[in-house]
Amino acid sequence: MLTTGQSDTSRARNYVGFALLILGIALPWIVYPVLATNIIVWALFAVGFNLLLGYTGLLSFGHAMFFGGASYVTGIVILRYHWPMPLALVAGAVFAAVLAYVVGALSIRRQGIYFAMITLAFAQVVYFGVSGAFIGLTGGENGLQGVPRGTFFGIPLTDDRVMYYVWFVVAVVVLAFVQRVIHSPFGQVLRAIRENEARAKSLGYDTERYKLMAFILSAAVSGLAGGMLVVHQHFTVMDNVDWRTSGEVVMMTLLGGMGTVYGPVIGAAFYLLLSDRLALLVNAPGVFIGLIFVITVLIFRRGIVGELVARLSARRVRAGQRA
Amino acid sequence: MLESLGGQIFNGLVSGAFYAMLSLGLAIIFGLLRIVNFAHGTMYMLGAFVAYIGAQSLGLNFWVALIASPIIVAVVGMILERVLLSRLYKLDVLYNLLLTFGITLFIEDAMRLKFGMQGSPYVIPSQLEGALNLGFMIYPTYRLFVIVASLAVCIAVWLLIEKTPLGATLRAATENPALVRAFGINVPAMVTAVFGFGCALAAFAGVLAAPVNNVAPLMGDDIIIPTFAVVVIGGMGSIIGSIVTGFLVGVVVALGAFFYPPISGTLIYILMAFVLLVKPAGLFGSVEGIR
Repeated sequence: MLTTGQSDTSRARNYVGFALLILGIALPWIVYPVLATNIIVWALFAVGFNLLLGYTGLLSFGHAMFFGGASYVTGIVILRYHWPMPLALVAGAVFAAVLAYVVGALSIRRQGIYFAMITLAFAQVVYFGVSGAFIGLTGGENGLQGVPRGTFFGIPLTDDRVMYYVWFVVAVVVLAFVQRVIHSPFGQVLRAIRENEARAKSLGYDTERYKLMAFILSAAVSGLAGGMLVVHQHFTVMDNVDWRTSGEVVMMTLLGGMGTVYGPVIGAAFYLLLSDRLALLVNAPGVFIGLIFVITVLIFRRGIVGELVARLSARRVRAGQRA
Repeated sequence: MLESLGGQIFNGLVSGAFYAMLSLGLAIIFGLLRIVNFAHGTMYMLGAFVAYIGAQSLGLNFWVALIASPIIVAVVGMILERVLLSRLYKLDVLYNLLLTFGITLFIEDAMRLKFGMQGSPYVIPSQLEGALNLGFMIYPTYRLFVIVASLAVCIAVWLLIEKTPLGATLRAATENPALVRAFGINVPAMVTAVFGFGCALAAFAGVLAAPVNNVAPLMGDDIIIPTFAVVVIGGMGSIIGSIVTGFLVGVVVALGAFFYPPISGTLIYILMAFVLLVKPAGLFGSVEGIR
């Protein structure tokens, strides 16, 4: 079983959530706004991914197909068909959900490594779609350039900080929704599947249907994040549908602490701040990223939030014994 | 028409040869270690680079590289297994997939830093230049050699595993490591050796690929994901299955590309989807293998 960061106690979670909210409000004044917005977008992607890995125990190695694929769909309907931006975002998320339904129907019965390999392979089909079959729409190697931000329900988004705060609010709303899902009866069933699928099945739950629903939901959140990416940065490129992107989101989630509500957010922020620095140092950041990935998997599997929670609860146990 | 169709079938056998060697290595490693080695494409790339660097700096010829490169890459693989992978055997197998993913990123980008994105050509050995007349068509000698060499190696490995006492021990360790250990066999050493052997197979494929394609740091990327698809199509764990499926998929994809070119890149994944629908455990797989 994958080591998840235990069930983070609700009080500790509230503290972390509050601290993150404050940090989130201050962020575009600490780092440059475009990086800050990137952090928000990738954090949301990681949150969507964690819904599957952390709470259902399924490792998808192809989530770039949802994130990157939706970034193209959203970008294309804005740029080529002049859809209003919020509708284009929805289109991206719906695309991801439908794609997840098809891929999931074929792969959800497989577990562990098999599921990882199948999702990875299907993601490659999307990559080929972007680089070949639909090159007229996607722009191929050149990427999809010059996507206008438009307005968000009347709010003009030309200013980078305004853009940031709009996406920040959207992300907070989605995160609250995801949290709601995680702590709903549906989320309880997902966790039961993660812990022991056979038992969940014997209790009468149609586990495959639950897993498929989690996969679709996870894909839709990832797709929404992809759409937000293309809107804020005006473009999307083939890297976003590449398997490395699928790996990156795994890393963010693991680094922050999978199976914790805020872990992926912190992991994404940490990862992006780090790669932002590294990009200045060396033009092959994979050397450092790969190293950090290896170290995380070897000795830091619980991730930042997971470690924190483990320390806190260990202290509480000790305090309890003393009393 | 018929001649170009024949050529296309042989091209399919060439790409099938690479799929077969790589998925065979993956199958052997998976059989004993229960892990999927994401870095397998990287070992293939390293194999090609050892040949290339050997030729550039030491003047080593192709034939020496064909022996030396797999040995060197096997050592690299064994070190990785001992130092890194072996720490995670008690945990969920997915951690080792992630670990080998990290290793892949590291090695690929380190190589890219050193050698740049662009590939370097590797010349075909003089004995294998030109083309052979097969009676019904003319085909490049080197490509024919790739098919024959790959078939020979795959069959040798299959015989080694299925027909020798060493192979029997290996299969026993796959079934029940604790029992084999009780017979006084050093299973961890065997695991290391098997991992090294799988990497050596990938490196052998890499050396063979060097004259066909350019030697480039990202060449492993182009082959590892199709190879995963081959593994899914063939079914996990079957030795003979991985060999047959490798060649089969190579030919089917080549034929598909011949009759309908736009499909060439995605046909392998369409095949995978089809097999998942019709025979979820894969063509040669057993149901336990997929869990």
